[in-house]
Amino acid sequence: MKGFRYIDGVAILQLDTEACIGCGMCVTVCPHRIFALEEKKAQIVDYNACMECKACARNCPAAAILVNPDERCGCAGLIIKGWLAKFTGKLVGNCC
Amino acid sequence: MPRVAVSLSRQDWLGTVRARTGIFRSGYKVNPGLYCVGDAGPKSPVLVTANYKLSFDTLRRELAGLAAWILVADTRGINVWCAAGKGTFCADEISLQVGRTRLAQIVSHRELILPQLGATGVAARDLKKKCGFAGIFGPLRAADIRRFLANNRQADEAMRTVTFSLAERLVLVPVEISLIWKPLALATLITFLLSGIGPEIFSLQAAWQRGLVATGATLLAIMAGALITPLFLPWLPSRQFWLKGVQVGGIFGLAYILCLNETVWSLPGAGLWLWIVAVTSSMAMNFTGSTPFTSLSGVEKEMRLGLTVQAGAIAAALLLWLAAPFAG
Repeated sequence: MKGFRYIDGVAILQLDTEACIGCGMCVTVCPHRIFALEEKKAQIVDYNACMECKACARNCPAAAILVNPDERCGCAGLIIKGWLAKFTGKLVGNCC
Repeated sequence: MPRVAVSLSRQDWLGTVRARTGIFRSGYKVNPGLYCVGDAGPKSPVLVTANYKLSFDTLRRELAGLAAWILVADTRGINVWCAAGKGTFCADEISLQVGRTRLAQIVSHRELILPQLGATGVAARDLKKKCGFAGIFGPLRAADIRRFLANNRQADEAMRTVTFSLAERLVLVPVEISLIWKPLALATLITFLLSGIGPEIFSLQAAWQRGLVATGATLLAIMAGALITPLFLPWLPSRQFWLKGVQVGGIFGLAYILCLNETVWSLPGAGLWLWIVAVTSSMAMNFTGSTPFTSLSGVEKEMRLGLTVQAGAIAAALLLWLAAPFAG
């Protein structure tokens, strides 16, 4: 993404090249253009651009992609509520 | 079959302003179902979207002169990307609307064009199984839908890449600000109360005068964190948002203290500076949730350190502010 980079080395994104069938769905759906097809296999070409949106994993027919399985949305306020909830035991709602 | 206008009326624009400024923000649902655009017929393309007003309006405005169908999924008034993340914009819901609107009897083809950002919630291959319609991913932005259709349903790299332009950042500012009225009102009240504490136990005059100075600092910090930081986002050197906020808050805090003819080395000066830095930093950190490029893992990582620093700075600012009247 032009002009914007977030923290390197933190995203949870794994691609099982053995399982990949080379359909190219991940290449299509990724809003940060992280994947490319090389010799009929998907490759991660820009790992640090991953924002863990899970579009690739959701659309991979071979289940070859693993993205951070945490279902929470990344709003700071909600994360704080989540941390507090560990102490208070309250349920956390949604934000946006 | 409801037919929709492809241009926005005054009423529509008024609603947009309301949704963007946070007044009645969550009350903008569009009825789920099928809508007709222009002279849509059996061969016209079917475009799927969420039932949030801004999503629906953004799409229909791009369809002037086209004949198409809009299938609105029930995402409880949430935009496509957020709803996809929460799982409400999903193959089950879209299939439900396909069945409910009897789409198979209205169009002769079996294809749904999905917004690319919906991919987080919709596995396109599931649609075929669930409702008989094949899902293909259209462009990321509604603005490119015309080119996508004209180009034989092909999207180029630019159409598939998310952006975060100055305009895209600025439209988010009003909601950021409107969401903090409650904590702001509380903070202002506490500020005036604490500002009155002094050697004479409580001084109304001090509460008013010092309270105004401190509240001015709060408002400046909110502006620095919720407007200036998003504005200059790509040019602020740090990757972590709380640090971007520290940079902006540091500069604005210094300017504020200089305007008051104070120095950073005085008790009230240091207190005000730390307060402005901490509030700007937390507002900036909060903006991570509004950007299209921050990962949950990254946000959690930066929040661990950011929150600690912010809490420490606020505690120090409070002590300095409370101690200042006693130091004479």
